[in-house]
Amino acid sequence: MAETTLTNTTGIGPRPDGLRGIASDWSSDQRAFKNVSWGKAMMWIFLLSDTFIFGCFLLAYMTARMSTVVPWPNASEVFSLHIGGVSVPLLLIAIMTFVLISSSGTMAMAVMQGYRRNRKMSAILMLVTAALGATFVGMQAFEWTKLISEGVRPWGNPWGAEQFGATFFMITGFHGTHVTIGVIFLLIVARKVWRGDYDVGERGFFTSRRGNYESVEIMGLYWHFVDLVWVFIFAFFYLW
Amino acid sequence: MVDATHGAVDVIPPAEVPEVELYHPHSWWTKYVFSQDAKVIAIQYSGTAIAIGMVALVLSWLMRLQLGFPGTFDFITPEAYYQFITMHGMIMVIYLLTALFLGGFGNYLIPLMVGARDMAFPYVNMLSYWIYLVAVLVLVASFFAPGGPTGAGWTLYPPQAILGGTPGGQQAGIILMLVSLILFIIGFTMGGLNYVVTVLQGRTRGMTLMRLPLTVWGIFTATVMALLAFPALFVASVMMLFDRVLGTSFFMPALVEMGEQLSYGGGSPILFQHLFWFFGHPEVYIVALPAFGIVSDLISTHARKNIFGYRMMVWAIIIIGALSFIVWAHHMYVSGMHPYFGFFFATTTLIIAVPTAIKVYNWVLTLWRGDIHLTLPMLFALAFIVTFVNGGLTGLFLGNVVVDVPLSDTMFVVAHFHMVMGVAPIMVIFGAIYHWYPKITGRMMNEAMGQFHFWITFVGAYAIFFPMHYVGLVGVPRRYPEIGEPAFITAPVENLNAFISVAALVVGFAQLVFLFNLIWSIWYGREAGGNPWRATTLEWQTSETPPPHGNFGKELPIVYRWAYDYSVPGAKEDFIAQNDPGTGKTATGLA
Repeated sequence: MAETTLTNTTGIGPRPDGLRGIASDWSSDQRAFKNVSWGKAMMWIFLLSDTFIFGCFLLAYMTARMSTVVPWPNASEVFSLHIGGVSVPLLLIAIMTFVLISSSGTMAMAVMQGYRRNRKMSAILMLVTAALGATFVGMQAFEWTKLISEGVRPWGNPWGAEQFGATFFMITGFHGTHVTIGVIFLLIVARKVWRGDYDVGERGFFTSRRGNYESVEIMGLYWHFVDLVWVFIFAFFYLW
Repeated sequence: MVDATHGAVDVIPPAEVPEVELYHPHSWWTKYVFSQDAKVIAIQYSGTAIAIGMVALVLSWLMRLQLGFPGTFDFITPEAYYQFITMHGMIMVIYLLTALFLGGFGNYLIPLMVGARDMAFPYVNMLSYWIYLVAVLVLVASFFAPGGPTGAGWTLYPPQAILGGTPGGQQAGIILMLVSLILFIIGFTMGGLNYVVTVLQGRTRGMTLMRLPLTVWGIFTATVMALLAFPALFVASVMMLFDRVLGTSFFMPALVEMGEQLSYGGGSPILFQHLFWFFGHPEVYIVALPAFGIVSDLISTHARKNIFGYRMMVWAIIIIGALSFIVWAHHMYVSGMHPYFGFFFATTTLIIAVPTAIKVYNWVLTLWRGDIHLTLPMLFALAFIVTFVNGGLTGLFLGNVVVDVPLSDTMFVVAHFHMVMGVAPIMVIFGAIYHWYPKITGRMMNEAMGQFHFWITFVGAYAIFFPMHYVGLVGVPRRYPEIGEPAFITAPVENLNAFISVAALVVGFAQLVFLFNLIWSIWYGREAGGNPWRATTLEWQTSETPPPHGNFGKELPIVYRWAYDYSVPGAKEDFIAQNDPGTGKTATGLA
């Protein structure tokens, strides 16, 4: 995107610091956030909106869990794996969380390598991120399979309140969809970076806009957000 | 003009970013159908919204026929009546008002008024319209589905919404309704992100936030609210869809239907009400704030006077927007709640009256000793003020728990919300169409037809809704297809009901005159010229009318002043355009 950076700084003069600076930026012309491109602004606002979606989902889950008169299934039993005859609580979830958080690390490195114009390295790191994301979704599929085979359904389960299955499948499913969409876009952006589309200003297939390496960072914003949401889902489903 | 934000300034900062390359259409399809130009998208949005709005208008006629003359029309069964109510409400609130104000006026006016070539992401903007269209088609499809559309009431309260006793509850109706809502929200989010980013980050040189026309402020704030409020409806729709399709029990308690225990159990219908109204109350202001903004500009332009208290107007819009997120439970007084919650929500509700009253006073003070031209936009703006004050005052009644509880299920509430969020915003929509039509088509709308349309609509709206307050106070319940002959219903009320119905039919037909005018004037209207209202804002200063692709000529306009320099003493004309540098003012960085 050509409009990414503040290109013309002549005549602007020194900017005030701190709160005054924020106030003067907001009350100035052209843009409220001076060093934020359109794409980045759009992603931030979208994430704010998406926060409200996840917030409503989680609040609905909390309401259901607190208002039910039937016992809620015990998380440390339901989400445990039997390995060598021993029940290990939260083992799978611990690995899943570790994988997803690690993918945030590789994503951040991909952004840095992108800005350094290490195209191959950036693309590889994004592919690693995508692979970790896909692993996460795969493990989630395994977890779903295990629960379904134990009789958990959206409309009931063997252990207690039927809202357990409903909220679990809905919220982890919605989050998993986010991860899946993220993986697809990671692959697309990685391909663009690998081919050097952002160096030559190749136009996007659909949008016909020229991209640049900021796209990697915007992709990263989304990815980190999805990871952050997982932390909350993890806390509310598995630790409560 | 002593205030620094109002007067022309000496130094205009240089352009911070280079111009964005526009997408240039290559074919008829990409120019007129799959267009990425915000102006074309705006017209597509408006056309679709008005078309589906006509369906809702016809539904309201059918309802009024039943209410005014119960038992006369055999085809209006109680089930059909509930379907009419549901679809009328949902279409009017979401698919007409929200889509027309934000998708229609937002798309057309934001880029032009802030001095941008187009929206920030034209491709996403195009997708927004097409997803909206699919949402509308899914909604319309429910009319043809087996069992017809849902008859759950526009609030879709569970558990009845998805039970067999409600029309469409165990058929396709409710499913199509929920899918349509989900699609609408996805589509709207795509457009809404564009509007917000364009206002925040895409303004032209000199266009500071405090120089934005109030129209842009209203649409911008409403869009931000919509981006935060629609998620609650999205979540509620998804969950209810699962309740209906998968058999989950998010909102469904244990129930016995026709002597049979249903498989649902443990869900909370009240949770749905909370989610719905967390969306539903901001929705009222999502519709009202653009109307507030637009009407401010109409009044200022047609009274040839600067808007009174511009800063207060902006802050009032923002405060109303923020407050509207903490009042939602005033729709749920009759659902039962702890008295302290009722106290809290009644208090916040009444506090909203303060910024709203500030706005009304400012409109009136703008008119005060102004050079009022009774043009069509001005007439509709005046009609907005009276109808809005009217509906707002009854809102103060209903905001109080003790008054709301007895009145909540009567026609009084129907009269209240139609006055405040039906009639009043629609008045602004009409005024805005008469106002901006010359810019969109290059021709004026016919004045005689417009006057006819205005007087029938304005007087008719009062004929419909004023008696309805009384009917409600007497105790006629809402949502009843017919009330029989209970002791408390006196004969005059029946006559009033018939009178209201006749008035509704007449007002409805007057809208056909408006539609005819809308199309007729494209070819036969008087040539308008570029700035027929002698207005200051940027959209009237374009090189061509209608504005070309890219809106402005080779150079983007530079803004030197606020949008309300009307009748400035000593000025050559009675208005000074926003991009008029005035004498002795030069921009730095200009060749």
